[in-house]
Amino acid sequence: MTPTGNEAMEPMLEQHPFLRGLSKEQLSALAQCAALSSYDMDDYVMRAGQPANHCHLIHKGQVAVTVHEPRRGHVVVQTVGEGGVLGWSWLVPPYRWCFDGHALQATETIALDGEKLRAAFDADCCLGYEMLKRFTQVFGERLHAARFQLLDVYKN
Amino acid sequence: MPRNATKPEVSSPASADGGAASMAEPMLPAPYRIQRQRREAHDTFTLDLAAADGGRPPRFAPGQFNMLYLFGVGEVAISISGNPGTPETLQHTTRAVGSVTKAMEKLRAGDVIGVRGPFGTHWPTDHARGKDVVFVAGGIGLAPLRPAMYEILRNRAHYNKAVLLYGTRTPSDILFKRELKQWGGNFDVDVYVTVDRATGTWRGNVGVVTQLIRRSPFDPGNCVAMICGPEVMMKYAVDEFRRRGVDSQDIFLSMERNMKCAIGFCGHCQWGPNFVCKDGPVFRHTDIEHLLNVWEI
Ligand SMILES: Cc1cc2nc3c(=O)[nH]c(=O)nc-3n(C[C@H](O)[C@H](O)[C@H](O)COP(=O)(O)OP(=O)(O)OC[C@H]3O[C@@H](n4cnc5c(N)ncnc54)[C@H](O)[C@@H]3O)c2cc1C
Ligand code: FES
Repeated sequence: MTPTGNEAMEPMLEQHPFLRGLSKEQLSALAQCAALSSYDMDDYVMRAGQPANHCHLIHKGQVAVTVHEPRRGHVVVQTVGEGGVLGWSWLVPPYRWCFDGHALQATETIALDGEKLRAAFDADCCLGYEMLKRFTQVFGERLHAARFQLLDVYKN
Repeated sequence: MPRNATKPEVSSPASADGGAASMAEPMLPAPYRIQRQRREAHDTFTLDLAAADGGRPPRFAPGQFNMLYLFGVGEVAISISGNPGTPETLQHTTRAVGSVTKAMEKLRAGDVIGVRGPFGTHWPTDHARGKDVVFVAGGIGLAPLRPAMYEILRNRAHYNKAVLLYGTRTPSDILFKRELKQWGGNFDVDVYVTVDRATGTWRGNVGVVTQLIRRSPFDPGNCVAMICGPEVMMKYAVDEFRRRGVDSQDIFLSMERNMKCAIGFCGHCQWGPNFVCKDGPVFRHTDIEHLLNVWEI
C-alpha cells in the first residue's frame, strides 16, 4: 500500500457517488480524514481480525470481500468496485475487520481514517447523522444482497 | 400506450412460410428434426431445429415461445433463443429441470420433436428505438433475451447505449460465453456479468445482479429495461430501476406460468386477469405491478 498526501482530496471526494450532495464544509471536514491509497493486484486492503483503521471509498479497481473457511479456503462474499464503499468495522467497537479485502486488480481507494472520522462526526452531529444515514443504506443493501444470495434463486 | 403494446407486429407469426405448425391448427405440433445439440452449461443445452418437411420455420419476434412436444413424454413452453435475422434455424435453449426437459436433454441430432408456435407477446424493440436499452438476465433468463439482443445489434444505429447485466449462480452456469465475450469486445454493448458464488479462477463480479443496476451506465430518463429471470430477482430489479428513476412504462418483464394450450383456451396459465400465454409472456410493468406482490391469485 502506498498512502499519498491528502491535498486535492476534496474534488475527489466530491466526485465519489457515496458522498454526492454533501456541502463544501462537510467535504472539507472529510478531506481532513482522507488519503489516497493504492494497492497492486492481489494485495490485501484489509485482513479479518486486524484493527479496522480505515473506511475505503473505491476510486478505481475492484476488491473481493472474502472470508476464510478452513475446508473451502477463501470464499468470496461479494466484490466492490469503482464508486463502492468498503468496510464499516471502523465505526463500531472493537474496530476490527470481520472480512478480508483482496484487490482483484490494481486498486485506488480514498482511505478515510476511522478515528478521525468518528471525531469529526462527534464534533458535527449533522455531518455524523448524514454519514450514518448513508452507511446505513450500504448496510441495508449488503444485508439484502446477502439474503438474496442465500435464497439461491437460480437453483433448480 | 395500449396494454397489449408488446403484441407482435410480425404478421401472423406461424405463417404461410410453411413447414411448421400453422396458426390455423395451433394445437397441432409440426415435426422438427434436431440438427445439433449444444451444451451451454452442465444442465442447459441448445437445440438447433429444422422443419422435417424442409420448409422454413415461422417468423418469430424476440421474446416469443414455442411449445415443444417430446412424443410420449409431454409438452413444455420454451422461448426461442436464436437470431430472428437468421430464421432458417430455430433455436431453443433449455434447462433440464423435470420430466420433459430432462428427457429432451437426451435427444441428439437426427431425433424429431413436435413444435407449436410461436406464441405470445414480444420484447419492445420498437418502443426502445432512440433510447438506451438495458437487459437484465438471471440464469436461464438470458435465453429469451438473446433474440432481442441480436435484433438490437442488427439495427444498432437505431438505439443509444445497450447494456447487458447478467447474473448466474456460479461461473460454470454462465450461458452463451462466446457471445458475451463478442458483444462486450465489440464495444457495442456494455456487458456486466456477476455470479452469486465465485468458484475456480473467477476474478469477476460477485454479488446479486440487481446491484449492477445501480452503477451501470444508462440514462434513466430515456431507457427501456427488459428483465427476465427468477420472479424474485425480477421484483428486486424493478425496485432498482424505479429507484434510479426509470418510468414503470419503460420496464418490461417476461413471466412464466405452467402452460397447456398456449392459445388462451384452457386457463392453465391464468394470472389475475391475464393469460400468460397470450397477454404475455412479456408484460409492461405498469400492467402487472398490482399482481407482482400477491402470493396467491
Ligand atoms: C413462456 C415460457 C417460456 C419459457 N422459456 C424457457 C426457456 O427458454 N428455457 C427453459 O429452460 N425453460 C423455459 N420455460 C420453463 C419451462 O417451461 C419449464 O422448465 C418446463 O415446463 C419444465 O417442465 P418439466 O416437465 O421438465 O419439469 P416438471 O416435471 O414440470 O418439473 C420438475 C421440477 O422442476 C421444477 N420446475 C418446473 N419449471 C421450472 C422452471 N421454470 N424453473 C425452475 N424449476 C422449474 C418444478 O418445480 C419441479 O420441481 C419457459 C416457461 C414459460 C411459461
Ligand atoms: S395455456 Fe391455456 S390459456 Fe394459457
